[in-house]
Amino acid sequence: MPDVTTLIEVLLIVIKVVVIAMILFSLPMPLTWLERKVAGHIQVRLGPWRVGPHGILQAVADAIKLMLKEDITPDKADKFLFRLAPLLALVPAFAVFVTIPFGESISIPFIERDVTLYIADMNVGILYILAIAGLGIYGVILGGWASNSKYSLLGALRSSAQMISYEIAISFAAIGVVMIANSLSLVDIVGAQSGSILNWNILYLPVGPVWFAIFLIASLAEINRIPFDLPEDEGTLGAGFHTEYSGMRFSLFMLAEYVAMVTVSILCVLLFFGGWNAPFDMPLPIPPIPAIFWFIGKVSAFIYFFMWLRFTLPRYRYDQLMTLGWKVLIPISLVNILVTGYMRI
Amino acid sequence: MPTITHYLALSLILFTIGLAGVLIRRNIIIVLMSLELIFNSVNISLAAFSYFLQSINGVVFVIFSITVAAAEVAIGLALLVTVYRTRRAVNVDELNEMKG
Amino acid sequence: MEQLFFYIFSIVAIVSAILVVSVRNPVHSALYLIICFLQVAAMFVLLRSPFLAAVQVFIYVGAVMVLFLFAVMVLDLGKERLKDSMHSQSILGGALAIVLFFIAFYLVYNGDIVAPLGAYTETALMKNTEVIGAALYTKYIYPFEVVSLILLVALVGAITLVMRHKDN
Repeated sequence: MPDVTTLIEVLLIVIKVVVIAMILFSLPMPLTWLERKVAGHIQVRLGPWRVGPHGILQAVADAIKLMLKEDITPDKADKFLFRLAPLLALVPAFAVFVTIPFGESISIPFIERDVTLYIADMNVGILYILAIAGLGIYGVILGGWASNSKYSLLGALRSSAQMISYEIAISFAAIGVVMIANSLSLVDIVGAQSGSILNWNILYLPVGPVWFAIFLIASLAEINRIPFDLPEDEGTLGAGFHTEYSGMRFSLFMLAEYVAMVTVSILCVLLFFGGWNAPFDMPLPIPPIPAIFWFIGKVSAFIYFFMWLRFTLPRYRYDQLMTLGWKVLIPISLVNILVTGYMRI
Repeated sequence: MPTITHYLALSLILFTIGLAGVLIRRNIIIVLMSLELIFNSVNISLAAFSYFLQSINGVVFVIFSITVAAAEVAIGLALLVTVYRTRRAVNVDELNEMKG
Repeated sequence: MEQLFFYIFSIVAIVSAILVVSVRNPVHSALYLIICFLQVAAMFVLLRSPFLAAVQVFIYVGAVMVLFLFAVMVLDLGKERLKDSMHSQSILGGALAIVLFFIAFYLVYNGDIVAPLGAYTETALMKNTEVIGAALYTKYIYPFEVVSLILLVALVGAITLVMRHKDN
C-alpha cells in the first residue's frame, strides 16, 4: 500500500498534466486571433472586426465552423493512416511539454509544500525534446501519403527532406548550449544563466549569437513557418500535405502547428534568453516581478516575433532552402562547435 | 523485477521474427526493415547484459551499433534506389545477376 | 510493478514485430516497426538507461524510419499480392528460423552468468549521460573514431550512389 506522500506526488503530476494539456488545447484560439490581427495591421487593414469587439470572438466562430464542417475522407485514401495521421502530428507536440520547465518551484499555501513548475526534470531533457519533436514529422509524411493525392505526396516529401535536414542544425545548436551549460537538463541550463543578463547564452560571446541564429533559422524550418513553409506552399502545391483534410482533422494539424510554434518560442527563451531569470536585479524598493511573468513575457515576445516574420518575409525556393541547410548552417555549426569547445577548456 | 532471462527471451523472440522476415519476404524494403528488427533485438540483449553485469560496455556498444545501423540504412536505401532505377525491381529473387 | 510494465512493452513489441514481417503494405510495415522501436526505447528506460532510450527514439524513430518511408514513397512501392510476397524458399527459411529459435531458447534458459560484476551499480548509473560520455571519450576513443569514420563513408557513399550526373 503506497503511503500518502506518494499519492500526493502522483496526484500533483496528474494535475500538472491536465492543466498543461488544457492550456495547450485552448491556446490556438487567442493565437489565431492574434495572428490575424498582426497580419491585418502589418498590411494596413483592420483584421477580424465583426464578431465581438475587435473581432475577439472570431476564433470561437472559427472553432465552431471547423467542428461542424463535414469531415471528408477521400475514396482512394488509405483510411486507417488517413485517420491516424492528425493524431500522430498532435501527440509529439504535446508530449514535449513533459520536460519543459516553466519556473523553478512555488509554494502552495494550503498543502504546505513546494510544487515544481515542471512535470519531470529528466537528466536527458534537451535530448528528449529533440527526439520527441522529431516524431511530429510522421503526421506530415503519413497524412500526405495516405491522402493518395499528388499535391499531398509532394508536400509530404518536401517536408520530410526539409525536417530531416534542419534537425541536424537544430541539434548542433542544442549541443552548443549543452557545451556552455555542462548539462542536458533544461532546469540546469536555465540555472546556469541566472544572475544578470550578461550570463544569458545569447551574450556568451562570440558563439552565443551564432548559436541563436542557427537555432532560430533551423527551428523556423522545423515548424514549417514562413520563410520556410514549402510543405504547404499555396502557390504550387494546393495546401501541401493537408490538401485533402477538412473539418476536425484539419484543425488538429493546425493545433499541432500552433503548439509547435509555442514550443519553439519557449525553447528559444530557455536556451538563449535566460528562461525565467530577470535580466537585472531590481534596485528600486518595488517588489520583484515573479519569475513566471518574465518567462511568459519573453515567450510572448517570441510568438509575436514569429508572427511578424510571417507577414514580412517572402518564401524561399526549395533548392535554396536545402542549400541553406546543408551548405551554410551545418558548416557554420561545426566551426562553432570547435570555437565553443576551445572556450570551454 | 524482470530478470536477465526475461530480457534475453524477448530479444530472442524479436531476433527470430526478424530473421524469419529476412528469409521469407521478397520485398527488399521489408527485408531491410527486418534487419533493423534484428539489430534492435541485439541492442536489447546488450543493454540487458550491461545492466545485470553492472558494466557500461554494453551500453557503449549499443551506441556504436545504433550508429552503424544508421549508416547501414543510408547505404542500403541508396543501393535500393540505384537498383530500382536500373532494374525496376524490388524483389530479392529478381535481382539474381551480378552484371549491372 | 516493473514486471507488469515489462510484460506490456514486450507483448506490444512482439505483436508489432510480427505485423512488420507479415503485412503486405510496406508503409504499414514501417508504422509497426516504429511502434516496435518505441517499445525497445521503453525497455532501455527499464534498464536504467534513459540516454539510450532518447538516442533510440532520436536516431531510429526520428531519422532511420523517415528514410525508409521516404524510399517507399519515392519508389512508389504499393501493396503486393499475397503469393508475390513470399519467394520459393520461404518454407525452408521459416523452418530454419524456428529451429534456430529453439536451440537459442534452450541456451538462454539453461545459461548461467559467471562473469564478475562491474562497478556500475544502480546508483552509479543515475548519472547515466556522464558515465556513458566518460566511457566513450576515454576507454572507447578509438572505436568512437572508427564509427565516426564509418558515418562519413556512409554519407559520401550514399551521395555518390544516388547522384545523377547532369551530362547524361
